[in-house]
Amino acid sequence: VNNGGEKCIDPLQRAAILQIDLHNQSHPEVEDGELATVCYRPEGLDSLVQKTSFSKKELQVLYRGFKNECPSGIVNEETFKSIYSQFFPQGDSSMYAHFLFEAFDTHNNGSVSFEDFVISLSIILRGSITDKLNWAFNLYDLNKDGCITREEMTDIMNSIYDMMGKYTYPCMRDSAPKEHVDNFFQKMDRNNDGVVTIDEFLETCQKDENIMQSMHMFDNVI
Amino acid sequence: MATGVAAWLPFARAAAIGWMPVANCPMPIAPRDNSKRQDELIILNVSGRRFQTWRTTLDRYPDTLLGSSEKDFFYNEETKEYFFDRDPDAFRSILNFYRTGKLHYPRHECISAYDEELTFFGIIPEIIGDCCYEEYKDRKRENLERLQDDQEENKDMKMPNMNFRETMWRAFENPHTSTMALVFYYVTGFFIAISVITNVVETVPCGSTANQKDMPCGERYTVAFFCMDTACVMIFTVEYLMRLFAAPSRYRFMRSVMSIIDVVAILPYYIGLVMTNNEDVSGAFVTLRVFRVFRIFKFSRHSQGLRILGYTLKSCASELGFLLFSLTMAIIIFATVMFYAEKGSSSSKFTSIPASFWYTIVTMTTLGYGDMVPKTIAGKIFGSICSLSGVLVIALPVPVIVSNFSRIYHQNQRADKRRAQKKARLARIRIAKSGSANAFLQSKHNGLLNELLELTGTEEDEHKLTKSISLLESQHHHLLHCLEKTTAHEFVDEQIFEQNCLETALQTFPSGSPSMSDHDSPVGGCCGRRGKKNNPLPNASLLTAHPIPTHQGPLQELSAIHIQSSDPLSHTASRSNLNLKTGDSSKINCKGGRITTAIISLPTPPALTPDGDGLHGPPQRRPPPPPGNPPPPSIQTTTSSAGINIVKVSAL
Repeated sequence: VNNGGEKCIDPLQRAAILQIDLHNQSHPEVEDGELATVCYRPEGLDSLVQKTSFSKKELQVLYRGFKNECPSGIVNEETFKSIYSQFFPQGDSSMYAHFLFEAFDTHNNGSVSFEDFVISLSIILRGSITDKLNWAFNLYDLNKDGCITREEMTDIMNSIYDMMGKYTYPCMRDSAPKEHVDNFFQKMDRNNDGVVTIDEFLETCQKDENIMQSMHMFDNVI
Repeated sequence: MATGVAAWLPFARAAAIGWMPVANCPMPIAPRDNSKRQDELIILNVSGRRFQTWRTTLDRYPDTLLGSSEKDFFYNEETKEYFFDRDPDAFRSILNFYRTGKLHYPRHECISAYDEELTFFGIIPEIIGDCCYEEYKDRKRENLERLQDDQEENKDMKMPNMNFRETMWRAFENPHTSTMALVFYYVTGFFIAISVITNVVETVPCGSTANQKDMPCGERYTVAFFCMDTACVMIFTVEYLMRLFAAPSRYRFMRSVMSIIDVVAILPYYIGLVMTNNEDVSGAFVTLRVFRVFRIFKFSRHSQGLRILGYTLKSCASELGFLLFSLTMAIIIFATVMFYAEKGSSSSKFTSIPASFWYTIVTMTTLGYGDMVPKTIAGKIFGSICSLSGVLVIALPVPVIVSNFSRIYHQNQRADKRRAQKKARLARIRIAKSGSANAFLQSKHNGLLNELLELTGTEEDEHKLTKSISLLESQHHHLLHCLEKTTAHEFVDEQIFEQNCLETALQTFPSGSPSMSDHDSPVGGCCGRRGKKNNPLPNASLLTAHPIPTHQGPLQELSAIHIQSSDPLSHTASRSNLNLKTGDSSKINCKGGRITTAIISLPTPPALTPDGDGLHGPPQRRPPPPPGNPPPPSIQTTTSSAGINIVKVSAL
């Protein structure tokens, strides 16, 4: 989906998505407890193997973990945030988790299904460098308009720094994120027009040794 | 490590892609997954009943028996399964904990048996889910009380080495501890009774003599009663003073209810002694004698039941208050109505509304003295309504209050207990959380030692030094490490953070530059070192009880690593091995394992750098620190008076 190609949703899935949408809105007759009974099943294992670059066994392990934490088959933003916050006990990871959720939620329907989850993971962990950088760009570009403005970058940076929490060495100053953002724009914004486009981003990243190297860190996460 | 979401760790690590393009420093190397184990089914044989589960399910909680390598002790080679000689029924809920993340307490289980199972499998009971936690705690409390009752019979054993004061206090509080205490207890009880009876009999009219009318005994046998009173008051005074002397906390004793009762009981006598037989004050003096009746409350020391009654009244105060309030409302309403109804009739006793209060109260409590009766028809109608409603108003709340009181009483106790438990629970959860944060800091330290050993030591040392940390934990720590690199700040312990803040606050006065370079150097330092070698040494400041030395001297090389070790750990042996291996004079003068690496401007506190050569990282690239430092003493001794051994490693 991130590659810009159209993904055809088969009718069953569309129905399932619609059903989720219905329950996500505050339906007057629907009691609070009923939301949990929505069950969303992913498409078959074989088609997922084709769509992603994971093997069957890896998908099995991933799904078991996914289904265990979210028995209903989809993740909503609250669950997403709570899962993510468990890895960062010292700081506040809710904003970054929110941005991540937006990036994972490719259909923009407020929930992340297993397909979305696994397709994004496949890009991050098994995709080409360009794909990975594209995904990162998509993460930063909050309104998905094709360029990163200073405000968007400031939001992202604040959310990253929030995860550090209060107890850091050296003491976290309030201007640290802002300086970091300035640093970033200085590096990335070639034509100094105040925004970073995808081309500038790709170009700068591909020239930067550090970034290239760190992108390879994800090669054997699973 | 976050428990229960180990399956999501790959996702969290993948999400770190968002940090990569904005980071200015290189990321640390990810831990190698040496044992690429496929997910397999494990068979757990618990006393013959076989349970099967995935290995990764058990790995979710690495600090329990089943999730750690401790289960290898129970592995049975022939049958290729893990055998546990425990109760299979209790094991069900334990295994479900791994599967669902929630621990439930089965109600039919005996509480102590269940506790034992939890302890055996290394699971703390605090994580029992909310659905079962109250039940668990209630049963546990009951059990504890039962055990305590058995223990209390042994409680009265005399503790050795109690001084006289403590003995006396114990004698006062528990009369059964010694014969003297018992005697004292009965004597005071007797005198309280005597005093109360005296007060009562004082007012009884004794027989009259010929020329005098009936007079109360008190006035007839003044001297006798006075002597009796004096004797009682003397006993009470002595008792009070002795209690005051023996009390462990005199101020608290003086504030307690019993002591106030004591004082109030004996004060009128002394006031009476002091005051003369003046006409004006004798009226007040007589009133004061009323307070002598408070002596009866001294019996509550002797009666458990009285104490409980007092406590329950106190705890039920709000219900009683409400009853009083509603009664007052009804009284006022009916009194007003009766007054206006009876206003017309002549020679009516209902002269005012307050005067009607008496009628209302007497009627509503169904006493009906008959000293005030309504005469008009309207008055009689309203009077009957008043008495009918009186039955309702009085009789109805009383059983409600009684049941309320009993419910509230028990509920209060349970609520207090729950509140206390909640605090303890939260404290323990907080400790576990900080434990995970500390685990990260501790593992960084281990990682640093590991790297140093990789360069200079052998495989054995490496194994000896690092405790086996699970792959999940190392991956989690790597993730936190990447975040540190991205933001160019480090996670520290709360203590160190406070100290740093204090120091930077102090630093701003003398000169601005040290603190500035302080802030700049991490960014510069970590990237500056990048070109030296591919193995990035973590510039982490770790858990240490000692503060990072203040910047007093001139600036040193910005990229000097500052290793500071304090308390000895078990690494001493391997450290010495390390030293022996390297052979040359690069002895590490660290007694222990706490390492602080900080890219800060260093002074050279000469008293604190006993080690001349410092720790050689990669021996080829790191020149020894500047000379002029005193020669290194032996390894095991503490050198500096501050107890801090500081070893400088220059990274230039």
